[in-house]
Amino acid sequence: MIRFDAVTKQYPDGTVAVDDLSLTAPTGRITVLVGPSGCGKTTSLRMVNRMIEPTRGSIALDGRDTGRMDQAELRRGIGYVIQHAGLFPHRTVLDNIGTVPRLLGWSRRRTRERSRELLERVGLDPHLGDRYPAQLSGGQQQRVGVARALAADPPVMLMDEPFSAVDPIVREQLQDEFLRLQGELGKTIVFVTHDIDEAIKLGDQVAVLRVGGRLAQVAEPAYLLAHPADDFVADFVGRDRGYRALQFQETPRLALRAERTVVLGEQPGTAESGWLLVVDDDRRPLGWVEPARIGARAVEDSDLHRGGTVARQSGTLRGALDAALSSPSRRGVVVDESGSLVGTVLAHEVLSAIEENDRPEREEGDPVRGGAVTIAGDGA
Amino acid sequence: MIPSLLAWFTDPANWSGPDGIPTRVLEHLVYTGVTVLVAAAIAIPLGLWVGHTGRARWLVSLANSARAVPTLGLLFAAVLWVGPLIPGSLAFTLPSIAVLVLLAIPPLLAGTYAGIEAVDPAARDAAAGVGMRGRQVLWQVEVPNALPLILSGTRSAVLQVVATATIAAYVGLGGLGRYLIDGLALADYPQTAGGAILVAVLAVALEGLLALLQRRVVSPGLTGRAAAGSRNDDDARAPEESDGTTVDLRTHA
Amino acid sequence: MDWLSQNWRTVIDLAGAHLYLAGVPLVIGLVVSVPLGWAAKRWNRSYPAIITTTGLLYTIPSLALFVIMPLLIGTQILDPANVVIAMTIYTVALLVRTVADGLKAVPDHVEQAATAMGYGGARRLFGVELPLAVPVIASGLRVAAVSNVSIVSVASLIGVAQLGDLLVDGFNRVIAGELVTGILATVALALALDAVIVVGTRALTPWTRVVGGRP
Repeated sequence: MIRFDAVTKQYPDGTVAVDDLSLTAPTGRITVLVGPSGCGKTTSLRMVNRMIEPTRGSIALDGRDTGRMDQAELRRGIGYVIQHAGLFPHRTVLDNIGTVPRLLGWSRRRTRERSRELLERVGLDPHLGDRYPAQLSGGQQQRVGVARALAADPPVMLMDEPFSAVDPIVREQLQDEFLRLQGELGKTIVFVTHDIDEAIKLGDQVAVLRVGGRLAQVAEPAYLLAHPADDFVADFVGRDRGYRALQFQETPRLALRAERTVVLGEQPGTAESGWLLVVDDDRRPLGWVEPARIGARAVEDSDLHRGGTVARQSGTLRGALDAALSSPSRRGVVVDESGSLVGTVLAHEVLSAIEENDRPEREEGDPVRGGAVTIAGDGA
Repeated sequence: MIPSLLAWFTDPANWSGPDGIPTRVLEHLVYTGVTVLVAAAIAIPLGLWVGHTGRARWLVSLANSARAVPTLGLLFAAVLWVGPLIPGSLAFTLPSIAVLVLLAIPPLLAGTYAGIEAVDPAARDAAAGVGMRGRQVLWQVEVPNALPLILSGTRSAVLQVVATATIAAYVGLGGLGRYLIDGLALADYPQTAGGAILVAVLAVALEGLLALLQRRVVSPGLTGRAAAGSRNDDDARAPEESDGTTVDLRTHA
Repeated sequence: MDWLSQNWRTVIDLAGAHLYLAGVPLVIGLVVSVPLGWAAKRWNRSYPAIITTTGLLYTIPSLALFVIMPLLIGTQILDPANVVIAMTIYTVALLVRTVADGLKAVPDHVEQAATAMGYGGARRLFGVELPLAVPVIASGLRVAAVSNVSIVSVASLIGVAQLGDLLVDGFNRVIAGELVTGILATVALALALDAVIVVGTRALTPWTRVVGGRP
């Protein structure tokens, strides 16, 4: 557990980067610090491992005051991941990963084994181990950065915009893998980002900071979306709050309609106007076609309208709603775990389900102040 | 001209004795070696300190502006004013060596400083962040990454010294410059040209040797030779590396 | 100082000769380096070859090169042409790399925008790429200028008259005033040449002045 106790950082010229921050990052959870530029989120993060020293206040790691510990030893017990990874260009990937174990005095063999293990853990090909950072792509470098932070198995990790420097597709992959990893490892993580969507996606607890370094609100993501504390937070969290909050709702069983289909390569068998769903031999949806356009011939790949998204039956209401909205026929396609068609749903049916549902967040005010956090229903 | 030049090279008398080619080459190498070692002992720690702590950067600018002073002038001034203070035959050699050391310091200093400066700030931050102490950051991260530019500065220094030592023969230093200077004084062109060719060959050979050394010593991760590997998927963070020898700090002589 | 006040005419003459011997190679060297540097940048595979060759030439000590010139081009030993040609070689050796790097430093998107607007090869080079490469090339030119002025003084050892003569004569006849004048005059010339290049660069790159004068 990490506890900030009235932490302030003021520079000699008078600027206040962090102003009287009191916050608890619970053990085994991801706490995200988010806010606009100049809100002090990175400064706060860097005060935990004393890359920056607080002017006032203290930070405690499981009850021990970090200010009293030896700096280097403190840092060797904390995983540190930064933007652009900061890999050592002159060392191989494996040597990079093994940095902290070597500092701690592990044997070469043990370090190598551990490094190889982590390389796989973060989803990288083993043969990359002997490469140099310059030979890796941005996404790969970030993964190595995470592996390096995990090498000595520290209980705490600090992550400063680790996924910002890569393009959106890679970022999403990294975020998903990160969540998977955290599911296996359960570290206490403080994560900084300027992207509110990333904060909501990854955080068990989200702390919003305002310019000048003051804490505006700290809450679970669902609560934050539903109850922003003031205009600043509401603004920062942005529009589409209601829509985004859907991902945290429990998924009720939706009544699905049966849907007529045609297999790709066969004739539609009907000349009705409107849309017809095309599937493959395993009843997996491929797209929609308009039989009126095709007439008597077989359905080909080039006829497919692929605009509609596909929702999983076990997925969120958000996914179901989007499937309905994006489908050309206005009927959202729902599939089972293996990807086979189960049925379709209309937008107003999803909305009815939403309206009947309970609101996801609890109503008792900020759930986090110096205590453990319990999560109200996993949305995904 | 060429035949008499060849005659000079093939004359066995020129290959033995205190004025023989091997002796002169050796002298030249000794001057170069000693000078660069002494200059390195001064300049490299200084450069590391300036680069690591970020203080006294003016030292580097000062060293760089020394480029404008003619080496011949420095040699003459040193011999005239310091020479009389030194007894015996060293009156000529010691001031010259001192000037050589002085001239070798700027490229070494600038190269070391530039090398440390060029270290990726993210790597430096990460090094401190994972728990390396100041000294460990310096030796385990900064110096290895600064090596290309430090070695580049060393190469510049070596060539600077080889060139200046040649000229210093005018004020009594030994080495290959003797052939040039003596040949000019005696209007013995074969000797002059012979000396010139030897010096040129020596300079090129040393440069080649040091270049090879640089390839061996510097981590492949830094030279961009390694960058030919797989860089598929996402954003290309293409490093604009060459072989790191982008610093030409010679005053030349 | 006494010596200077009595001999300033000589100093001026020698300084003129020195400027010629250092400056002409600078100009010729620049003109030669631009196409070579452009070639090195344009055909990436030639870059190492060109740079290594010119680098090797720079390795040869100046006195040696001055002395070998007669062998290579058939001049007399005392001919000033030896010095001019040798200095041109040094200037080229120094500048080719600078020109290549300067052209490389022009942002890709600018080059592509120029091409898309219809600038052909040569027009693009002279109208867009070179002007933008001026700051980098200028910094290399400054190094070459100062370097040249310093090296040329060595030519006194082969009897070519310029400011270095003050050094040699001052040393041989132990006239401290002459020696010191020689050193100071050389430094002054180097700094003056440097200043001229700086001013010239500013005149050629008005856009940097507006931004705040970053060279």
